[in-house]
Amino acid sequence: MFKKLFLYSLIANFFFTNKIFAAESGGMPQLNPEFWISQIFWLVLTFGVLYIVLSKLILPKISANLELRKSQIQENIEAAEKQRESSEAKLKEFDGIILKSKIEAKNIFKDAREKVIKNINSKKETLDKQIDDEIKKAEVEIDTLRQSAPEKINKIAVVTSNEILKKLIGAEVNNSSISAIVDDLVKKNGDKYYGH
Amino acid sequence: MAANPMTQFEVYRIGPEIKVGAFDISFTNASLFMVISSLAILIIFNLGSKKNSILPNKIQLLAELSYSFVSKMISDTAGSKAKPYFSFIFSLFMFVLFCNMFGMIPYTFTVTSHIIVTFVLAAFIFIGVTVIGFIKHGFGYLKLFVPSGVPIVLLPLIVVIEIISYLSRPISLSVRLFANMMAGHTMMKVFGGFVVSLGIVGGWLPLSFSVALTGLEILVAFLQAYVFAILTCIYLNDALNLHH
Repeated sequence: MFKKLFLYSLIANFFFTNKIFAAESGGMPQLNPEFWISQIFWLVLTFGVLYIVLSKLILPKISANLELRKSQIQENIEAAEKQRESSEAKLKEFDGIILKSKIEAKNIFKDAREKVIKNINSKKETLDKQIDDEIKKAEVEIDTLRQSAPEKINKIAVVTSNEILKKLIGAEVNNSSISAIVDDLVKKNGDKYYGH
Repeated sequence: MAANPMTQFEVYRIGPEIKVGAFDISFTNASLFMVISSLAILIIFNLGSKKNSILPNKIQLLAELSYSFVSKMISDTAGSKAKPYFSFIFSLFMFVLFCNMFGMIPYTFTVTSHIIVTFVLAAFIFIGVTVIGFIKHGFGYLKLFVPSGVPIVLLPLIVVIEIISYLSRPISLSVRLFANMMAGHTMMKVFGGFVVSLGIVGGWLPLSFSVALTGLEILVAFLQAYVFAILTCIYLNDALNLHH
């Protein structure tokens, strides 16, 4: 600080002594006040014009250019960001569609399989049922045949016995008395005859 | 004439003598280089702001980089409140920079090597900053001279020092730029003179010094313009955001 002050006082001395210096040849031309006014005038004029033109015309243009560029770049970045987002969304959508179609295909496959299995099962069932029915029918037929067999045999026995008796003894025997005997015999030995 | 390293700073009239009242406002070589610097700035920045393409060309890039450089410098040192003064600080920085740089071309005149020019700029900044400070804070701006956290005993001394430091701002600001420019150019002239006087045998050493000094002076030309602008920002910061 004091060093500075010392320097300033030295420089102030220069101001006061400039008359002495100017008188000498080879002094500082800066301290010759001959053109001071002219220099001040031209400084104020040129600097003033420079300041006015720069501040009114040129600097606002540069500032606007910078702002415009900034906003344009910002806009471009935003647009790029938006496009990226939209493409990402589309990609997601695409993935979703693929996944969905995969699931659909699986479902279709599953449905078809189920249908086929069901079809087969139902066909099998009806076939089984048919077979069962046939078996049952056959069984019933057999049963009825079996049931009717003793009666028929009895009848045959009665008729044949009658014929035999007629041939053997030549006498007409009443059918009812023969059938009574046959019935009696069947009752007594039916098990032995038919294997029940 | 060439032997005296100070002759390069001499101001002479170009064209007729112009007088307004008692004042001589003739067009001089100093005026010529002020006009050239201003015109160069206007032409470059006008070309740089004409077209706006997404991919800027070289001159547009130059203009826009300068714009953002100064803009960042102001917002870093003086905050967002200094935005209305952007144009002024930009013009100031460019004017000083171009004057310094034009001075680096051989046989040209360095406008900023004259104390009167830098002092007028500095005085204008000093008065402007003081006026802004009083408008923004009223008499509260005087608190600038009373730093907080100073013992009461030291306060009178500190206040005096602060006031002197404040008042010396235009002098320090102007002398810094003027002295740097003048010293650099004088030194280059002296070394250039050595090259001539030592001739083909011994002239190589000062010649190499001259080359090195040219590089250094170009750096100084930029640096002093930067320092001038950034100190303006700092003074403006004091006026806008009273921290004390």
